[in-house]
Amino acid sequence: MSEITAEQVKHLAYLARIDLSPLEITNLTHDLGQIVDSIAKVSEVATADTPATSHPMPLTNVFREDVVVPSLTVEQALSGAPDRAGDKFRVPAILDED
Amino acid sequence: MASAELMDYDKALELFEPVLGFEVHVELNTKTKMFCGCANEFGSGANTNTCPTCLGLPGGLPQVNKKAIESSIRLGLALGCEIAEHSRFARKNYFYPDTAKNFQTSQYDDPICHDGSITIELESGRLVTVEIERAHMEDDAGKLTHMGGATGRIQGADYSLVDYNRGGVPLVEIVTQMIEGAEHDAPEIGKTYVAAIREIAKGLGVSNARMEEGNVRCDANVSLRPRGSNVLGTRTETKNVNSLRSVERAVRYEIQRQAAVLHAGGTITQETRHWHEDTGRTSAGRPKSDADDYRYFPEPDLLPMAPSREWVEELRLTLPEPPAARRKRLQAAWGFVNLEFQDVVNSDLLDAVEATVAAGASAQAARKWWTGEIARLANVAGVAADTLVTPVQLAALIELVEAGTLTDRLARQVLEGVIAGEGTPTQVVDSRGLAVVSDDGPLVAAIDAALLGQPDVLAKIRDGKVQAAGAVIGAVMKAMRGQADAARVRELVLERAATIE
Repeated sequence: MSEITAEQVKHLAYLARIDLSPLEITNLTHDLGQIVDSIAKVSEVATADTPATSHPMPLTNVFREDVVVPSLTVEQALSGAPDRAGDKFRVPAILDED
Repeated sequence: MASAELMDYDKALELFEPVLGFEVHVELNTKTKMFCGCANEFGSGANTNTCPTCLGLPGGLPQVNKKAIESSIRLGLALGCEIAEHSRFARKNYFYPDTAKNFQTSQYDDPICHDGSITIELESGRLVTVEIERAHMEDDAGKLTHMGGATGRIQGADYSLVDYNRGGVPLVEIVTQMIEGAEHDAPEIGKTYVAAIREIAKGLGVSNARMEEGNVRCDANVSLRPRGSNVLGTRTETKNVNSLRSVERAVRYEIQRQAAVLHAGGTITQETRHWHEDTGRTSAGRPKSDADDYRYFPEPDLLPMAPSREWVEELRLTLPEPPAARRKRLQAAWGFVNLEFQDVVNSDLLDAVEATVAAGASAQAARKWWTGEIARLANVAGVAADTLVTPVQLAALIELVEAGTLTDRLARQVLEGVIAGEGTPTQVVDSRGLAVVSDDGPLVAAIDAALLGQPDVLAKIRDGKVQAAGAVIGAVMKAMRGQADAARVRELVLERAATIE
């Protein structure tokens, strides 16, 4: 049985800044629960000496050389910004007065 | 904000034991950013060094900078760390406007370097070994400027501006184990530890290591526990401590503030605090809470790293002499007393003096010029002393002084010429006509004129009142516009006084 609760989904949605309706929370609690249950089945097969897999491809050390390539122009960089001031991105106040 | 109560430092130490921990961020001086080919430059126009990857735009794909890995491994080795056989990046997820991707690419459970230590020496001679838990790689955030409001600080700002040029610049974060037993030395340990990290990074050439440009930044963790207790107190993490002096002051301040709170029966909130250089205080930031639920997970866009043991050993061979050993060696070789040597170290002129000595100058002369006249001129100009003149130029100048071609006074004028870009010291001597007049002919003529012009003085000298010669020497030096060796003038004055008709 799934360990996922509606409270956890609400908390995750808050952390991810996603506004969920009560119906979406109910549905996602169910869906995420199923995913957790499925992954738990894999854990049953994996023994203690099986390392956790983060990257399935057997590749390591893929590096690039330290060589400068052209950047975007300032106009290109700012073209998607909701607001700007001069050449900088403008964002709303971050903290309230303390 | 209400000013916090502080307990007397000695009393705080009597009642409580401080426990410290430091996180030092070292910005690497690679040519490009950590995960993209944008230039890693300080002082470019806002948002000129950005691309879809470091702006977190759809389609951006990170690629690891090999040089940054190499620098991180070298830094780890210099800190006595193990280099992990397997290491990977992780996403640290949070929303903050200086982080365009809405996550920082960092390392979580597989840092590239772990389990090191460095030993620092305090002014008292006390040696303290600081254990390093880990040194991991991550990318830097952009730069925020807070606009409006009364203070220009984040609190009460109307809005903020973001420049993402620094976003994605490679950092190594060095995390210590808990430091116990610091006692009264706690503030000095903080300062000396950060200075040692800075010196190591600079010596390796992996960072510009300028604290004033934010290349080295320190977060200081401080907690207190009552004497006789084994239970750790609640810690605070003071951020934004960006000079050596501030590290020392911030640690001392937190000890005094926390002691006052605890002694009055209060509790310490586990929180991030901000250091204010101007007032010498810390103020509360956000408490550690849900906002610090970072949901780390392995970065799916980057493959793991498995630096070969051969590569690690190759890199180990490139490590320079450890700074502490180098200081000991140089002080002995130069024969400086502690004060002289500290003066050079504190002025950040060790490299300059060493290079000047290597260029042929005596150590004492090199020290005298760098920490004296050059430091004075640099201070006036508001620049670093070693940007004014090269060690080779200074060594040439010192040689001219020691050969008797220049007096100290003339040499200062030549130095000004060299700094003004008029050429090498020899060229400046020629073009300004500054060499000491060593041909006795013009000197004798000037001395004779001075002696005959002051017959009363001449009479006194002839009577054996040698000190009267001073007036003549002064007149001659003036006539020669300083371009004469005063000792030689004195010799000649006495000689001519005896024989002149």
